[in-house]
Amino acid sequence: MKILVAVKRVVDYNVKVRVKSDNSGVDIANVKMSMNPFDEIAVEEAVRLKEAGIATEVVVVTAGVTQCQETLRTALAIGADRAILVETDIELQPLAVAKILKALSEKEQAQIIILGKQAIDDDSNQTGQMLASLLDIPQATFASKVVIADGKATVTREVDGGLETIALSLPAVITTDLRLNEPRYVTLPNIMKAKKKTIDIVKPEDLGVDIAPRLKTLKVEEPPKRSAGVMVADVTALVEKLKNEAKVI
Amino acid sequence: MAALVIAEHDNQSLKAATFNAVTAALQCSPEVDVLVAGNGADVVATAAAKIAGVRKVIQIDALNLADQLAEPLAAQILSLAGNYSHLLAPATASGKNVMPRVAAKLDVAQLSDITKVVSADTFERPIYAGNAIATVQSSDAVKVITVRTTGFDPVAATGGSAAIEKAAAVDSAGKSAFVGRELTKSDRPELTAAKIIVSGGRGLGSGEKYQELVVPLADKLGAALGASRAAVDAGYVPNDYQVGQTGKIVAPQLYVAIGISGAIQHLAGMKDSKVIVAINKDPEAPIFGVADYGLVADLFTAVPELTKALS
Repeated sequence: MKILVAVKRVVDYNVKVRVKSDNSGVDIANVKMSMNPFDEIAVEEAVRLKEAGIATEVVVVTAGVTQCQETLRTALAIGADRAILVETDIELQPLAVAKILKALSEKEQAQIIILGKQAIDDDSNQTGQMLASLLDIPQATFASKVVIADGKATVTREVDGGLETIALSLPAVITTDLRLNEPRYVTLPNIMKAKKKTIDIVKPEDLGVDIAPRLKTLKVEEPPKRSAGVMVADVTALVEKLKNEAKVI
Repeated sequence: MAALVIAEHDNQSLKAATFNAVTAALQCSPEVDVLVAGNGADVVATAAAKIAGVRKVIQIDALNLADQLAEPLAAQILSLAGNYSHLLAPATASGKNVMPRVAAKLDVAQLSDITKVVSADTFERPIYAGNAIATVQSSDAVKVITVRTTGFDPVAATGGSAAIEKAAAVDSAGKSAFVGRELTKSDRPELTAAKIIVSGGRGLGSGEKYQELVVPLADKLGAALGASRAAVDAGYVPNDYQVGQTGKIVAPQLYVAIGISGAIQHLAGMKDSKVIVAINKDPEAPIFGVADYGLVADLFTAVPELTKALS
């Protein structure tokens, strides 16, 4: 069984981004870029399924600029077998990425496609669901536990009131939540090994998909600032402020 | 053209998040319908018909809609999509699950988590954990939208008298099946609808301390319980307590953060609260940067003291 994992190169989760002074976007020049944390969990899950003898091959894919190869190398160091970069400089929106992934899923005949539930840059939380829809296959979003057996996936999902478990026939799309697993630390020998693994580079045109953006960003602004608060000396002072100043209790 | 709001419900009750989504819908179009797709959800449809400003309620009943699985639910929404310029759902676990499926089939982009309607085709939405607000314009014929509930005041739950129209369910033999559900049982207000929230973080050190310190304070304040990701990851509390960028987004009247350092991912989920109180022993903790009232103290003594002071 082949697993396809989609990853995205994003601004590292520790970086607090700044809005550009011309309000055209956020400044990502010279900031640290990393693999989207949810996608790291996706790669880890796929590699564990391979280690458990359930998957035969883990193919990792991303779409974007040339530097995305670094993100793929990280996934290969975690344990993916090979990688595909769909190279483009065009701004990619979730629908476009879903179309790219559909083409690759069909080409690779993947039985399970695992993605992060959302990317921490655009916070869209769309691509996995869109991909499942385009492929007409079932989906399990926000997964916290995945069991593959008897040709189906049984997935526990994090939902608003707690947990929900659903069963999916394969092929299926799974998107990861935070508690699905804890990704391993990448070791130096595995980084060296990853350098020898293959990254195929294709263009969106080769896949015959339309990736034109549908949403136009008119401006990007700083969120309204909270006015500075005060420090209180003790619990008594805190209760007094809440009762008489803020009037919230 | 009209807007359609997908009601959030569990067949027994209409969830409050629907009211915020209706507010956003009314800013997109004066004609707003509500879809109640479920199984035996008559009570929900009746409640939806009372929402102020709603034109009509469309009720679709089918066995496979009982658990709000994405495939059959998306099929029902798509069967109605042709009549609408806007399809909206609250940005809840269910709304986030189903709406992109609808958008992809319509070959349109989705606008996730909108916080403001600028015009019928232009919206504001937070990106980068709320550290930037993007104004985006859609060129698609149909706008598929999820609504961040904290961005919109709820519409009045009563006062309307919309007609309930029953529509036949379209055939949707899905390839997924519901297995089971473990919901956190609680008599407390729902996290996303609570006026007061008491949240605990890693500083508590254990689930026992969370029960011992955070719970009595929440009891005293009639508050909902929340937590930081660190506290959930460490197993102090269930996953549905998590407040943050990828957990629940809340904006109560009062948010009390106990032993929470204030990672940007957590701040993203609560910084729109009206009043924020932080209790932490580290004066450098970033949570103090957003707190209205900060108390640098050992939470193990300060929290019981606070609970007692409120008695």
